[in-house]
Amino acid sequence: MSCCAASASLSVPSSARRPDRRELLDASHDLGDGTVSTRLAVPDAHCAGCISTIEQALGAVPHVTDARVNLAGRFVTVKWPRDAVDPEAAFAALDHAGYRAGLMDEAENGPDPVLRRLLVALAVAGFAAGNVMLLSVSVWSGADAATRELFHWISAAIAVPAVIVAGRPFFAPALQALKAGRLNMDVPISLAVVLAVALSLHETVTGGAHAYFDASVTLLFFLLIGRTLDHVMRSRAGAALRTLDRTTPRGAVVVGADGGTSWTPLADVTPGMTVLVASGDRVPVDGAAASDAARVDLSVVTGESDPVALAIGETVVAGALVVDGPLTLSATRAGHASFLGEMRAMLEAAETARPALSRLADRAAAIYAPAVHLIAAVTFLGWWLAGGGLHHALTTAIAVLIITCPCALGLAAPIVQVVAAGRLLKDRILLRDGGALETLATVDRVVLDKTGTLTIPTLDPDALARLSGTALAVAATLARRSRHPVARAIEAAASDTDPALLDGIRERPGQGIEGKLDGQLWRLGRADWALSPAALVDLADTIRARPVLARDGARVADFDLVDRPRPGADGAVATLRRLGLCPTLLSGDGDAKVAETAGRLGLDTWTARATPATKIAEIRRLQQGGHRVLMIGDGLNDAPALAAADVSMAPSAASDVSRTAASIVFLSEDMGAIPAALSVARRARRLILQNFGLAVAYNAIAVPLAIAGYATPLFAAIAMSASSIVVVANALRLALPGRDVASPREDARS
Amino acid sequence: MTVLAILIPAALALGLVGLLAFLWALRSGQFEDLDGAAERILLPEDDRPKTDRPKERGRS
Repeated sequence: MSCCAASASLSVPSSARRPDRRELLDASHDLGDGTVSTRLAVPDAHCAGCISTIEQALGAVPHVTDARVNLAGRFVTVKWPRDAVDPEAAFAALDHAGYRAGLMDEAENGPDPVLRRLLVALAVAGFAAGNVMLLSVSVWSGADAATRELFHWISAAIAVPAVIVAGRPFFAPALQALKAGRLNMDVPISLAVVLAVALSLHETVTGGAHAYFDASVTLLFFLLIGRTLDHVMRSRAGAALRTLDRTTPRGAVVVGADGGTSWTPLADVTPGMTVLVASGDRVPVDGAAASDAARVDLSVVTGESDPVALAIGETVVAGALVVDGPLTLSATRAGHASFLGEMRAMLEAAETARPALSRLADRAAAIYAPAVHLIAAVTFLGWWLAGGGLHHALTTAIAVLIITCPCALGLAAPIVQVVAAGRLLKDRILLRDGGALETLATVDRVVLDKTGTLTIPTLDPDALARLSGTALAVAATLARRSRHPVARAIEAAASDTDPALLDGIRERPGQGIEGKLDGQLWRLGRADWALSPAALVDLADTIRARPVLARDGARVADFDLVDRPRPGADGAVATLRRLGLCPTLLSGDGDAKVAETAGRLGLDTWTARATPATKIAEIRRLQQGGHRVLMIGDGLNDAPALAAADVSMAPSAASDVSRTAASIVFLSEDMGAIPAALSVARRARRLILQNFGLAVAYNAIAVPLAIAGYATPLFAAIAMSASSIVVVANALRLALPGRDVASPREDARS
Repeated sequence: MTVLAILIPAALALGLVGLLAFLWALRSGQFEDLDGAAERILLPEDDRPKTDRPKERGRS
């Protein structure tokens, strides 16, 4: 266990399942020479010690050629030969080093060519802006005619190629928009830059006094800053559907009439077929159990990971995870009509129908672009008709276009989002979609999941406290070898225990783990396997269902998982209530447990036994009532609801699909992350609106001057820079410690 | 004014060097992990990079 690994809590990661080879290869990036690179998320890595621990642990895995931690992105890139990828070994190594790990999606986190192009354009524009400005300053300071002309020529030589290279991110979308007969923000930008360069070239050739080369490149520079930040903050919320497809079965092992088994693609599985599912696999189709005593994890429906025992004839849905198997079942529905197929359809519908983010910046742009064109056109006509001459009219109109160019507007939203994301990350909240921040600020209803979100299944601490030193050491050592939720909890709780020197440790699939110490046989697992028949006879049924620790067939301890509220859940719910967000509990668990949790946390409205379909229906109902909904959930069963809500949050221990569907992921255990995120989002929204106000104020002063013909290149340079700096400075205020959403003052206002 | 003939090319050349240096750094992945770079100087063993590292870094 490393010095800085996740603190030894009693919590259980809900996605205890490790990806298999197929999933891993699917998410990997092929390097072309027979090797692939795979990104594994390591959310707990945060220091130099973590880097070296993780890299050494993975470097020791056979066949791994390189492992490199990216601390900024909290992931590690593993390179290995395509034929020799071994997810089991890699995840075990990380596990042993004390780090939670998950697979990252290639599509979501692969190299980003657009960002690179923007950065190159930004660098070129920055270089040009600096140097042309240098030359321009000497011209403005009163260079004589010959020097001025020379400087104009040099400026032209820098600015023209720079505009061609750096302007591309604006020209291409502008052309597209014009071809489609629309106007977007890029049209006035492109027009201003191109016309400014053309006018300046004309001035240079004819020996005129005013060239706007500096304005055109500085314009591009500022706008590219905004564009680059906007791109960085763009939605990283990947396609949850893809993740779902990756983690769910594509085929089934069908038992033929002769008793032989064959792998059959899901599309060819028809009702009536007999299907065999091994321990650790997901059930591929809905069916009725044909074998006794298998235990399945139905969290795909209910969100509860406590395994349920199946009797013969009981129905089981596709997507259920077989914990203790194998399970034989008789298919009752075809693959695509199964529960998982329905869930897939729901997720697909939710993803495509997700309310489009009406971003403030887009709305501003929709008003801005036509207004700018109108003002410039009116200026041109006005001066022309007033007898100012064609040349003067044109110069003034172009000056208006330059002055009104939306530098401040382009920076107003992205800079706030970047600062806000940085601030959230300090609170261990990961913003995966910059636009979600704006929506979060306007949310007026909150829907919460119970298990894994409001509560965490934790090990009853008394069970461990009662264990003697040896038994504790044995339990911890055995637990380390298993992915069972209880074993994970034991391991986490006993992480600082020295391992016991057990011999011949081995895992019995579906039963448990055993090992020998001083000639005694220790077992951790199912009671009916670990205990001798004699010890089993007079055991209460409740204990019989629990995993036990046994020495030579005698019970030493039994373990149970109990639901405990996540730390900070009380406070978070209280804050949500005070803000008038009407938090609602939607859980797949039974009435009694849901009512108990709702009562304890003070939630008035709750629904038990909610299926993924009812969760979506509830969110749709709220949305149709004109509300903006924040959904917070973690399980696979929450994924469609997370995708359907206006904005969604998931804890970092959530299932892969839910994490992908969520726009915000909180890495901390503490539910305080939710009010914290709300508080930052609200302040960010205020700042964005303020920034728009500043941009409008700037235009209100600068535009009349430009129309009047006072917008010299010097004036344009000062006005543009000043407005951009003001907007950036205002955004940086978000990084200062501010009032909390939970503070009484804010409360009184809202 | 002849001094301009030297100073302006010199200024532009220096600026160009800066631009090319940035483009090189971007291409070779120097900005991939800024937090990690800050922490890595604390690791004693990372002084001697793995033999295959510079090649792989250049490619990414």
